[in-house]
Amino acid sequence: MSAQGLPVTPSQTVGPYLAIGLPWEDGPFVVPEGTPGAFAISGVVTDGDGAPVPDALIETWQADPDGRFAHPDDPRGPAAPAVPGFRGFGRCPTDGQGRYRIVTVRPGPLPDPGGGTEAPHLDVSVFARGLLNRVVTRIYFPDEEAANAADPVLAAVEPGRRDTLVAVAEPGGFRFDIRLRGDRETVFFDV
Amino acid sequence: MTADLRPPAGGRLILPGYQRPAGVHPPLDSPEYRSSRQRAPLRPLVPLPHALTEVTGPLLGSERVTPADSDLTTRHAGEPLGERIIVTGRVLDSGGRPVPDTLVEIWQANAAGRYRHQVDDHPAPLDPNFDGAGRCLTDSLGRFRFVTIKPGAYPWRNHLNAWRPAHIHFSLFGRAFTQRLVTQMYFPGDPLFRYDPIFNSIPDAKARQRLIATFDMDLTEPEWALGYSWDIVLRGREATVFENAGEGR
Repeated sequence: MSAQGLPVTPSQTVGPYLAIGLPWEDGPFVVPEGTPGAFAISGVVTDGDGAPVPDALIETWQADPDGRFAHPDDPRGPAAPAVPGFRGFGRCPTDGQGRYRIVTVRPGPLPDPGGGTEAPHLDVSVFARGLLNRVVTRIYFPDEEAANAADPVLAAVEPGRRDTLVAVAEPGGFRFDIRLRGDRETVFFDV
Repeated sequence: MTADLRPPAGGRLILPGYQRPAGVHPPLDSPEYRSSRQRAPLRPLVPLPHALTEVTGPLLGSERVTPADSDLTTRHAGEPLGERIIVTGRVLDSGGRPVPDTLVEIWQANAAGRYRHQVDDHPAPLDPNFDGAGRCLTDSLGRFRFVTIKPGAYPWRNHLNAWRPAHIHFSLFGRAFTQRLVTQMYFPGDPLFRYDPIFNSIPDAKARQRLIATFDMDLTEPEWALGYSWDIVLRGREATVFENAGEGR
């Protein structure tokens, strides 16, 4: 076996002052404001006491509605963006009540290297004081029952916890709360 | 609309994943760091295979960055107080390949150890000429360069007489969701290292040393600024999938 190569740089917490360096004014907009079909995904980040986390940052990454990524490592090759101005990436700090909100469109399903199909989803990173590394979760959609049932990632999660990865429909979009620790703790992935 | 789910050659989608180095990052459960006791998850992490969403990622380009964003000392009419420094290095992957055109974001305290943030009530002065945030894109060889001032140490109430060693926060994207990294760069010879539960949350002492920049006289500019170099290594790709993929062809 070949050498491992250069050793990786370790992670450290973002600390309490990430708001100095990381938020962008347009960060929450995965698609431009006013994009047809756009909706909000919003929620509250809470800690092990159920208290809101007012100094977290949420980042999301997703395919476009056709299930494509404008990225050279997508082996299916380039595709014209399905939505003008689609960025795929969202970033939002939590407010004083622990709330975040991004504006996006629904991603398409994705082929999986194992030969299956992944249900529409967003990958999510959560950064906060108290987290020495990001924690990673996924947002799935509640009205994709058949696709979710066939999703290989959801299938690997114990059934009683899968609902922590599925957003809840609400007027104007979806709600997805993130419980970092304890009661009904959100499923986090080792990425 | 039906998504095109076909792999390129009609066969199975070939996706090399990223390496998963063990023992590098701090455990989320690090009770010496008090804030982790309320916030670190209790349940074990669920392994996530590296599929399309994970091996791609945001490629945030020059539309987000101007050349002036990498100099934190020229944002105001006057110059900030403190020791002017140059911080430069390369972003590489663990295969030794440079990571070009990737966004690097930094933020830090001022020379007195005070952050420009409403929550920071450390009784040290704010500097009207220092905001403490910078950005740049790496060049074609993965290099970044910032001009700033050396941040001060500051107290943080984690335990009695707790002080953070001087540090600059770094945020990196790489080219894939798997490569995202937020970390801190420290300065050589800091007497606070042995007392700091955040620095010491990294289990391997050698890995800790990789967060400490090197003072470099060759980067130091006469009559102007001290130079520090610091390379950042993001996880690289697994080679095994490529090897297997070649067998049937």
